[in-house]
Amino acid sequence: MYPVLQVQGLVNRFGTQVVHDGLDMEVREDEVFGIVGGSGAGKSVLLRTILGLQRPLAGVVRIAGSDITQMSDAQLRSVKAHYGVTFQQGALYSALTVLQNVQLPMIEHLELGPTALEELALLRIRLVGLPADAAQKYPAELSGGMVKRAALARALALDPSLLFLDEPTSGLDPVSAAEFDELVLYLQKQLRLTIVMITHDLDTIFRTCNRVGVIVDRRMESDTLEGIVDHPHPWIRAYFHGARARARLGAAHGT
Amino acid sequence: MSVEVRRTDQGLELELTGEWVAQRFTAIESALAAVDVAAARQVSIATRQLTALDLSGAWALREFVSRARAAGAAVTFRATPPDQLRLLEETLKEVSTTGVPPAEAAPDAERALAAIGRPAVRAGRDLMQGLAFIGRASATLLSSLARPRRLRPIAIARHVYDTGMTAMPIVALIAFLISVIIAYMSARQLRGLGAEIYVVDLVTIGVLRELGVLLTSIIVAGRSGSAFAAELGSMQLNEEVDALTATGVDPFELLVLPRVLGLTIALPLLTVIADLIGLTGGALLCRYLLDMPLSQYANRVIEAISPSTFWVGVIKAPVFALLIALAGCYRGMQVRGSARELGRLVTVAVVQAIFFVILADALFAVLFMEMDV
Repeated sequence: MYPVLQVQGLVNRFGTQVVHDGLDMEVREDEVFGIVGGSGAGKSVLLRTILGLQRPLAGVVRIAGSDITQMSDAQLRSVKAHYGVTFQQGALYSALTVLQNVQLPMIEHLELGPTALEELALLRIRLVGLPADAAQKYPAELSGGMVKRAALARALALDPSLLFLDEPTSGLDPVSAAEFDELVLYLQKQLRLTIVMITHDLDTIFRTCNRVGVIVDRRMESDTLEGIVDHPHPWIRAYFHGARARARLGAAHGT
Repeated sequence: MSVEVRRTDQGLELELTGEWVAQRFTAIESALAAVDVAAARQVSIATRQLTALDLSGAWALREFVSRARAAGAAVTFRATPPDQLRLLEETLKEVSTTGVPPAEAAPDAERALAAIGRPAVRAGRDLMQGLAFIGRASATLLSSLARPRRLRPIAIARHVYDTGMTAMPIVALIAFLISVIIAYMSARQLRGLGAEIYVVDLVTIGVLRELGVLLTSIIVAGRSGSAFAAELGSMQLNEEVDALTATGVDPFELLVLPRVLGLTIALPLLTVIADLIGLTGGALLCRYLLDMPLSQYANRVIEAISPSTFWVGVIKAPVFALLIALAGCYRGMQVRGSARELGRLVTVAVVQAIFFVILADALFAVLFMEMDV
């Protein structure tokens, strides 16, 4: 069995600035993997590389066993149908309604009749807990939390087994963020998703993640949630044992 | 194949096989559609050979089950029904009517009236808002004049550079070409009458009075009118305008006025350049097409124009500049919500700028005629 996602020896550089230098990462089936790192540590660059939005200088990115860095655009397109992505700001297409946003990847990748297209899209919208009348709204008319949910519905449009979430709870109030965490956990369990999420939110990490990878010194240190908390690296210690983190150490994943 | 069907005494036995996933949805749906449930009293479904079932597949299965039930068959699962079906039931449980209620249909006559009335009201409101925008811009200008530092000379200079200096090459090229066109066209007609000398009059008066300023304005409307609308519009989308207001900075003072004043300075200068290049183009053409010595051309130019000819053209430039800049800024500040709105309003800005420029030019023509200049 291949790991769902495997990154080996990744090197990314912009000009003289080295972002990643021999970064390794592995995500296994059915887990929620959190990516953590300081601002500017290269979390977004890593995600962009994994998504094939940008080619790395060196290294291998395998999704379900096949190396996407060597793929042509046409091959990449078929891989892209197997994972879903949500972006930090939602990145909903502002000219389309929520329903049309969810339908767009379906129209691109699947051949569906008009009824199935509508029903399957509405099903996703219900699944992420949006009210039915949200389907006809435009992104500009939605609250921050609803935008995140709508983006999640769009990411689920093609029934992916792998889901990437970029800062899913950033900009949400603690209550909405907690609700979103529960939604992610629920969907992960129900749909047997493998989830990779970039997040800064300690609550989200402790609530949802099984394993955590921290980008430090241009590489990644990854371990189980319990393990990473005791990692000796100073930045990781500061992250998990700083004033803001101490209060949460009691709570553990999924309990 | 996604479904194997066996007919028994009681009804149908279905064996689901393979991957029931979104990618194969069409195949699954047509396989299910081919199953004839009309005569069956019992439908029994086995899922042991199913290798994958995702939401889309489960939805197709659910649709089939409700179709079979509607046809009067009792549907049972050989083992337990797949979890995905339960998830679907859970998700869809309170939805009997999805989507939005259809809008109430009004009678035809009423709708026809509404189709006239609504745009009329919208146009009226648009006009009022446009006037309010001009009013607010004027008020800001007046209050800034009292404190010259608030006029932001550096920002104005930047806009003079952006809208003026960088437009020089294209404005010069167009002015040159337009004088070539006039000279060529008139030379053909006037040669037959032996009145080639009047080519000079046509080029000179045409370029100085009308075409120099008009074409320059149209180019600038396309370049800078759209740039103003797009800049201010994307700032609106980014909430930058709100951020300015919240920090106590008047967006009219910081964003609108420098653009309006910058363009009002730049456009007359561009017009002078267009006039110069236009006359030069005419001179070259007369020299090489009509073999007219340059000194004769120069003499004829001086005879053809009255002292006011040049000013009649240039005086229009600041007015056109105001129209272009106000249209661009107004439409830009109107942008709300989406990228599509930005595109729509940038288009409106350019179209209206050009329209108002030509309208104003027509009014000027009548005015100058009445004034006899």
